[in-house]
This record gives sequence, C-alpha cells and structure tokens, in this order.
Amino acid sequence: MKEFVEGSHAIAEIIKACQPGVISAYPITPQTHIVEDLAQMVSNGELSAQVVNVESEHSAASVVLGGSAAGVRVYTATSSQGLFYMQEVVFNIAGMRLPVVMTCANRAISAPINIWNDQQDSISLRDAGWIQIYAEDNQEAVDFHLIAYRLAEDKRVMLPVMVCMDGFILTHGMETVDVPEQDKVNKFLPKYNPLYKLDTAEPISMGLLADPDYYMEARFAIQETMKESIDYLSEISGEFKSVFGRDYKDLLVEEYQTKDADKVIVAMGSVCGTIKEVIDEQRAKGKKVGLLRIISFRPFPYARVYEALKDVPRVAVLDKSVSLGAYAPIAVEIKAAFYGKKKGPKVISSFVGGLGGRDITLESVYEVLRRLTAKEVNSDFIDLKPELLKEEYGK
Amino acid sequence: MFGPLNVKPKDSKGDKTGSWRTQGRPNYLHKNCIACRMCVLICPEGCVSGKEKNTFAVDFNFCKGCGLCAEICPKKDITMVPEDGRSEEK
Amino acid sequence: MENSPLFKSGHTACAGCGQAIAARLVIEAAGSNTIVANNTGCLEVFTTKYPETAWGVPWIHSLFENSAAVASGIEAALIYLGKKDVTNVICQGGDGSSGDIGLQALSGMLERGHDILYVCYDNEAYMNTGVQRSGLTPFDTNTTTSPSGARSSGNVRPKKAVPEICNAHGIPYVATASAGFPQDLSRKVKKAISIKGPKYIQVHVPCPLGWRHETNQMLTVAKLAVDTGLYPLFEYENGILANRKQIVPKPVQEYLKSQGRFKHLLNNPEEIKKIQEIADNNIKKYNLKAEA
Repeated sequence: MKEFVEGSHAIAEIIKACQPGVISAYPITPQTHIVEDLAQMVSNGELSAQVVNVESEHSAASVVLGGSAAGVRVYTATSSQGLFYMQEVVFNIAGMRLPVVMTCANRAISAPINIWNDQQDSISLRDAGWIQIYAEDNQEAVDFHLIAYRLAEDKRVMLPVMVCMDGFILTHGMETVDVPEQDKVNKFLPKYNPLYKLDTAEPISMGLLADPDYYMEARFAIQETMKESIDYLSEISGEFKSVFGRDYKDLLVEEYQTKDADKVIVAMGSVCGTIKEVIDEQRAKGKKVGLLRIISFRPFPYARVYEALKDVPRVAVLDKSVSLGAYAPIAVEIKAAFYGKKKGPKVISSFVGGLGGRDITLESVYEVLRRLTAKEVNSDFIDLKPELLKEEYGK
Repeated sequence: MFGPLNVKPKDSKGDKTGSWRTQGRPNYLHKNCIACRMCVLICPEGCVSGKEKNTFAVDFNFCKGCGLCAEICPKKDITMVPEDGRSEEK
Repeated sequence: MENSPLFKSGHTACAGCGQAIAARLVIEAAGSNTIVANNTGCLEVFTTKYPETAWGVPWIHSLFENSAAVASGIEAALIYLGKKDVTNVICQGGDGSSGDIGLQALSGMLERGHDILYVCYDNEAYMNTGVQRSGLTPFDTNTTTSPSGARSSGNVRPKKAVPEICNAHGIPYVATASAGFPQDLSRKVKKAISIKGPKYIQVHVPCPLGWRHETNQMLTVAKLAVDTGLYPLFEYENGILANRKQIVPKPVQEYLKSQGRFKHLLNNPEEIKKIQEIADNNIKKYNLKAEA
C-alpha cells in the first residue's frame, strides 16, 4: 500500500509484516523512530513480538543472538557508536551462523562526536561476516529488509544481514513508499524454520571452543557462503520481482547509463540519487557520464564491477567513509577488481566526501567529475573548508 | 555448508581423563558402605555410580584421582592407593 | 541421570575442581528441561572444546560478559513460542564475568524481571586466564595481578558484595552457597527454579590450582570459609534476609593457613587482624553466630 511516510516508520511497517518474535534495541540517534514505532505497534496489539528494552547495544545484540539461537526470528537496529559497542557480538553472530537481521542507520563515528550521516559505521564492520546491502531510497530500504530475512534464513546461507540506510537522509526523510501487504509478504517470506536451535527436545551445545585444528574451516565456510550468496542475491531478487513487481536485477550493483560512458562515478547509498541528477543533466548536454551504484558491499561483487567498468576509461569512486592511513574502503575494492586483468579503466581516482553529514550537493558531484582527470588521485577529500584548516592548535 | 560447530551431547564421548592419574586412585572397600551417595554427589567428574550398599564404583576411564570421594565418605570406606602405572579398566 | 547425564564425564577440569562439582549439581537440580547460557571462563572451556561437550541440556556460549543478555533473549523467545512455563533458563559465569565485566548485562537482566536464574561460580579471581585479581577477590589475597611482595600484602580492596547488589534490584531470591555444602546448593537451586522472576545464586568454589591447596582438601577449605564467617551462607527472599547458615565461628587463621594464596599473611598478625574484622563484621551483619 502506498504511503507518504517517514523512512523509519516504513521500516517499522515492513518489520511488523515480517513478524519477528524478539525485538531488542538500544536507542541511538537516528535509529530511534524505528524502534519506537515497533514498540507502539506491540503495545497496540498489532505485533505480538517480545520487546526487550536492554541497557546497552552489546546486550541488544546479545538478546537477538539468544533469541535467534532459540529458534525465533529476531530484529535489532543501531547506528555508529552503538554498532561499535556491539561489534564483538556482531562477529559472534556471524560466526555462529545465526540469521539475524539488523538495520544500520548509517551515522558518523566519534571522535569528534557527530550524529549525522556517513557510512563509516557499517563499513568499519565489513570483516564481520555479515551480508551488507545499501539502500538508495526508502522504497529500497523497505524492500531490502524483506529480502534480508529471506536471504539470511535460506538454509544455504544462514548468515546475518545488515541493511544499511543513510541516517537522517533516509530514516527521517519523507517519501512515498509502497509498503508490501501482509499476504504478499507471507508469499515471499516463509515462516522461519531453524536449521539448528536450542531445544530441550533435542539438546545441542552452541558456541564451542575451536582450537587451531578446527577454527579455519569454520571461517573458510563463511567465506564460501559469501561467494555463493552472490548468486543467491540474484535468485532472491527474481523471486521478489515475481511477487512485488519491483526489479532489483542482481541486487549487486545498479548500472546507470554506464554503457558508453567516458567517466563513471562509483558510489553507495542515498548520494546516488543526487549523482543520478547530475548524470541526467550532463547526458542532456551530450556528456557521456554514468553511475555504478554498489548495492551489495558484502559479498563484494568483483566480477560484476569488472563487467560494468572494463571499458570505461575513467572511474571516480566516491566514498562516504575513510580508512585513515590507507586508500578509501570502496576504492580499494574497485581497484582490486581490475588488478591483473586485461581490460580496465586507465584511471581509478578515489574521492572522500560527505563525512559527518556534510551535504554532497550537485556542485559536489560536478567537482568530482572535474577532478576526474588523466592524473589519478587517491583519497582526495572534496568540499573541504580551507579556512578551518588554517587554524593551528596550541598557538 | 560446514556449519557453526554445534555438537549434540550424544555425539560426544568425552576425553579419557583417567590418563591424568599419576599419584593415586580410589579403592572402594565395599565393607561399611551405607549407600549415602555422598561419593556420587561430590565427584567432579560425575564418574561414580552405584545403587545399593557396597555397589558403588568408579569409572577409571575418567577418574582424575582427586581424592574427594575418599575425603567425604562418612564410613571411611574409600581409601586412596598408589596408581602403580595401571591403565584404565573397563 | 546416569544413562543420559546432564553433565557428562570426560571434561577437562583440573582434578578436584570445585566449579565442576557445583556446575554438575546445579544442572542436575534444575533438570533436563533447562537451557543454559554460559560466559567464557573455566567452566565453558573445560566442558566444550570442539568436538566434545559435557552438556546434556541445550547450552550456548557467546562471549565473556553477555550470558545474562543472551539468556534474556532465550527467555523472550520461549515466551513468544509459549514454552517458557515448561523450560528453565539458567545463565552462569565466574566471579569476573558476573561481577566485573558482566555486571551490566546481569543488572539489566535483573532489572527487566526475566524469569532466569543466574549462577555465579565464585573462585575469587580470573582463574581461566591465570589467577588474576577480580572485583570479588578477597582482601589481602595473593593473585598474579595483586601479588604479595615487599611492599604489598596482596589485594588491597575488599570483596565486591555482588549478592547485595543483586538484592538491591528488588528480585525475589538471592542466595550464597558453597561447593563444601553440596546438598545445600542443590536445595537452593531447586528453590530458585520454583520461583518466577530473576534469581541470583553465588556459589563459593575452591580452585585447587589458584588457591594452592591439595585436590582432596576442597571440602575442608570450602567449609572453613563458611565456618570462619568469611563466606556467609544466606538467602534473601523478596529483599528480606530469610535464612542463614549459623556457625560456631572458627578463627580466620585456620582458613588462611589451608591455602597457599594466603601464605604471606601467616607471619603478619596485623593483616590477620584485619581479615578477622571482616569475618566478625559478616557474623554481625548476617547474625551468623549459632545460639549456645
């Protein structure tokens, strides 16, 4: 049903339709509205979940870990510092192969403390073993949660999924969203049937100590499942299209006018909406530019990126996060997709923008295209304020 | 999919910790036992079993020789004897 | 119990481990309709080294400090599934994982009123990592991070009163127990399981390795802790002190000389006096002295 709603509310609606049994989260801006809405739904009797109002994010993640281990569909949401506080539990959940679904309302990381959007939080947990998909708008944010449960609970996968949506921009933005109806959700998402669970009828021990004789195979298995998930994403996208009509292709990337492009920008998340406007304007003027939007950051779709960009002479990667002391996170993956290959861009320049919620405007995107020259640049920060950089500390 | 290393108890036989005994092993005299079951209760390995008086025995596959059964027996019907290089009995 | 034991033989605890005894008694008292969440520590390590498990009940280990939160999630799931009335939930850990790093998760669980029993196996130090001092290490104890030496008599801080902290959360049942009194421990576990709401039991479990005593002295040492007043056994029911084990107090020296971790105190009458004071305060506070 189409509604003009705040992103957070739309997320709450889809989670309600997925009918989790245990919900546990700790408040952190800008995730708060999602969990508040869910709590109200439970209080009104619209959703029969157990809501556990914990005393920290570490416990929120632990509660959903326990709930999932006991064989129940679960949900949590967090951002920024909260995600970092639950980091060891996040790795634990993936290692224990539990199909937890989490919303990460992307927000910048302290210090300095900043509540506005960038993608540093979820990007910093890219090694955890969670599948990570990034939404461009609120329709995707809603649809991706439904897809997330379907994917996580697939018996061939059994890995947790993090749905990333830019904080404030999407969570607090009002858009027209088609929230899937319950009967269609039931068609697409079967009841959760756990592959293993804590049950007195059939006792098992979970979370054992694995010495050097066993640990590697467990980790290798997750890596293999990640690789296989590249295909499962396409498969599930196809199922989604047949039930709901919306086509996310392979759920790995979106190629926006990249076919004959001279310059392509690679980016992730809501900034792609702004970039698409610039692409449209430039194309209207005859300039051959395009956008490659990354949807699945983990597993990273190296082969798809190669196919999409192998004939593009110049590529600009715009990261909304930074790996201090090294090349930016998405840029590194893009470059890796081409190393040692016969074809590829002559220039892959890396730009960093939008940190701490600094707006990426149409002007910013024009600036990226301007700076995408024959000379490759790395981790080039855009939209800096030079007058701030003039201040010296301790003088 | 190689899974998350979950284990069912029926698939686990346990380590043969009886090989840890170097100093001594319990010797159940089976003379004055009153079947109080304190030896069963106190064994850290849970490897003492028995039903009626003078039927209690240790599974030497697991006994580590801690000596607590001998300490707790109210009738002093259990003594600790040297291990003598004997291996597990079964 | 012997055919499909809830706590199987073949685990790799040290010989004479007080915690192994207590853990087995706890799960046997709780019964097979129990799900256990365990913190990282000796108990977790010696019972579940892949591919072995000593647990005959459903059991989960996640991290060092979160068994109370994991158990909260399990309890919520069981309520959702309509199975909570027939399933007990126990979460457990050592003194460090309960009273220090895990105190937040424990407090949250107690405050939210989950129907869960928390069992703390108190061997008074971080034993699994090598006998380092914890918040529950008693005054003047020699541990590897509070060692006695020319300038120190060991741990300078008193024992953190975690049972009192739990009681302050307004929960229906708090008790202390000891591996030296196995039947009392079983009784307390059965009683706790029968009460709805959050419960906390702290079990004193001697560690022959960390405390430095002979394996077969575990019972003697545990009993002396209680009989000197240094480890009072009591029960709080709905906030009121309902029960305590009355003692004919023995001088603390007897307890101190039974273990190597207090050896450095034996020639130090001043420090022994301080410890006697702690014991005397306990005796007064909990009214431990048996009537003549």
